[in-house]
Amino acid sequence: MRWIRKNLVVFAGVLCLAYLILPNLVVMVFSFNKPNGRFNYEWTRFSTDAWEHPCDVADMCGSLGLSLQIALYATIGATVLGTMIAFALARYRFKARGTTNMLIFLPMAMPEVVMAASLGTLFLNMRVPFGFWTILIAHIMFCLSFVVTAVKARVMSMDPRLEQAAQDLYASPLQTFLRVTLPLVAPGIASGALLSFALSFDDFIITNFNAGSTVTFPMFVWGSAQRGTPVQINVIGTAMFVIAVLVVVAGQLLGSRRKARA
Amino acid sequence: MSTVTDRPPAPPETPAPVPAAMRRAAGRKRRVPYWLLLPGIAWLLVFFVAPMIYQASTSVQTGSLEAGFKVTWHFATYWDALTEYYPQFLRSFEYSAIATVLCLAIGYPLAYTIAFRAGRWRNLILILVIAPFFTSFLIRTLAWETILADGGFVVQTLNQLHILDLTSSLGITQGDRVLATPLAVICGLTYNFLPFMILPLYTSLERIDGKLHEAAGDLYAKPFTVFRKVTFPLSMPGVVAGTLLTFIPATGDYINAELLGTTNQKMIGNVIQSQFLRVLDYPTAAALSFILMAVILAMVMFYIRKAGTEELV
Repeated sequence: MRWIRKNLVVFAGVLCLAYLILPNLVVMVFSFNKPNGRFNYEWTRFSTDAWEHPCDVADMCGSLGLSLQIALYATIGATVLGTMIAFALARYRFKARGTTNMLIFLPMAMPEVVMAASLGTLFLNMRVPFGFWTILIAHIMFCLSFVVTAVKARVMSMDPRLEQAAQDLYASPLQTFLRVTLPLVAPGIASGALLSFALSFDDFIITNFNAGSTVTFPMFVWGSAQRGTPVQINVIGTAMFVIAVLVVVAGQLLGSRRKARA
Repeated sequence: MSTVTDRPPAPPETPAPVPAAMRRAAGRKRRVPYWLLLPGIAWLLVFFVAPMIYQASTSVQTGSLEAGFKVTWHFATYWDALTEYYPQFLRSFEYSAIATVLCLAIGYPLAYTIAFRAGRWRNLILILVIAPFFTSFLIRTLAWETILADGGFVVQTLNQLHILDLTSSLGITQGDRVLATPLAVICGLTYNFLPFMILPLYTSLERIDGKLHEAAGDLYAKPFTVFRKVTFPLSMPGVVAGTLLTFIPATGDYINAELLGTTNQKMIGNVIQSQFLRVLDYPTAAALSFILMAVILAMVMFYIRKAGTEELV
C-alpha cells in the first residue's frame, strides 16, 4: 500500500504518456485497415494495400512533396536569419535590444489565426497572388522566432574564453568563427532548424489563410476530413513517425557516443 | 549543468581612450549587430508588424471585394462582430481554460516523473513525449474520431462507469455520445497542446536540486508538504510558460472544433476562418482577430505580472 502511494505520481505519469501515445497507435493500426466506406474511422479488416500503393490517392503525394519542399526552404531561410539575430542579441549590447526581444517574442505569443488572417489580408490587398511564395514567406516569418530562441540560448551558455583562447593562438576572426564558435553553437542551430522543419511541415492554420488554391499535405488531410479519409494518410503519418523517431534515436546515440569519447 | 552556471560573466566593454584607427574599427564593430539584425528584423517588420497594422486599418474599412475597401472609420464593425459572435468568444476562452487546467493536471505528474523518477528511462520518455509531434497533428486529431466513436471502447467504458451521466449533467456531453460534444473538443485541445505544457514544466523541474527535497524531508516535511512548499513554487516558471504556451494557441484553434465538434461547438477561430475564406468579409475577420489579439495580449501581460516571471524570452 505504501509502495502504491509512493509511486502514485509515476502511475499518473504513465497514464498521461498513454494518453499522448494512443492516437499515434491508432494512426498506425488503422494504416493496415481496409475500410468499407470513404472514411477510415472504423476497423473493418487487415490489409497492406495502402502500404503497397501509398501514392494511389490523387494529389496526395504531390502535396507531400510540396510540403517537404516548403519546409526545406523555410528551414534554410529561418535558420540563417534567426541565427544572425541570435548572435546579435547574445553578443552585443545595442539600443534597440529590448524592442528586438519583444519583436521576437510576439509571434510566439500570438494565436496563429491572428497572424494568419492579418498576413492574408495584406497579401490580398497588395494583390500578391497566393501560392508557393506566400506560404514560404509566412512560414519563414513564424519559424524565425523559434530559431532565435534556440540559438540564443546556446550562444549565451558558451564559454567566451574558448574564443579568446583561439585568438590568443593567432586564429583570425574568420578562423575563430568557423573552427571554434560555429561547432560549439551547432547543436543550437540544429535544434532550431529541426524545430522549423517540423513546424513548417505540419503547419495548417497559417497555410490555410495564405495558400490560395495550393494544397500542402496538411491542407490535403484537412480537405479529406470532409471528402473521405484515404488509408494512405495513415501510411504517411506512420512513416513520418517512424522516420522521425529513428532520426532522434540516432542523434541521441551519436551524442552519447561523442560524450563518451570526449 | 553546473559548468554553465559557474562560468564568469562576459568581460565588460572598456571605455578607455583609444587611437583613431582603433576607434574606426570600434565604430565598424558597433555597427555589426545592426547588420546581423537587418534581414531578419526586416522580414518580421514587413510580414508580421505591417500586417498587424494593416489589419487594424482593415477592421475600420467598408466596401466589397469588387468595389474595393476604403477606410471609413466604421467602428460599428467591432460592435456588430462582438454582439454577433460573443458566444463563440466566450466559448473559446472557456474551452481553452478548461483544456489548460487539464493539461496542467495531467502533464505535471508526467513532467515530475521524467525529472525525478525516470532514471535511465528519462531520454526514452522524453522522446515519447515529443514523438506525437512527428505525425501530422491533423491526422492525430482525426484519430480521435476513431477513439471516441459512438459505442466504441472508450465511450462504453465511460458509460459503464457512469462518467457520461456526470458529464451530461454538466452539459459537456449528450446522452451516450462523446463525439460532436464540447467534451470531444476539449479532449482534442488538451491532447494537442499537452506537450507544450510538459516540456516547460520538465525544464524547470529538472533544474531543481534534489538536495532541497532531502533537506525538506530532514526538517520533517511530509511528502505533500515538500511538494507544496518546495517543488511547486520552484517550478513556477515552468507552470507560467506552460500555461501560456497551451492557452494562447488553444484559444485561437479551430481545428479541434471543426473536426471533433459541430456548429454548436464553434470557437472564435472557426468564425474568423469562415469570415475570411468563405464569407470574404475581411473587415469583420480583421475586427475579430484584432479583438482576440488584444484580449490575449492583455491576459498574457496581466498573468506574467501576477506570476512574476520575466524569463519567457
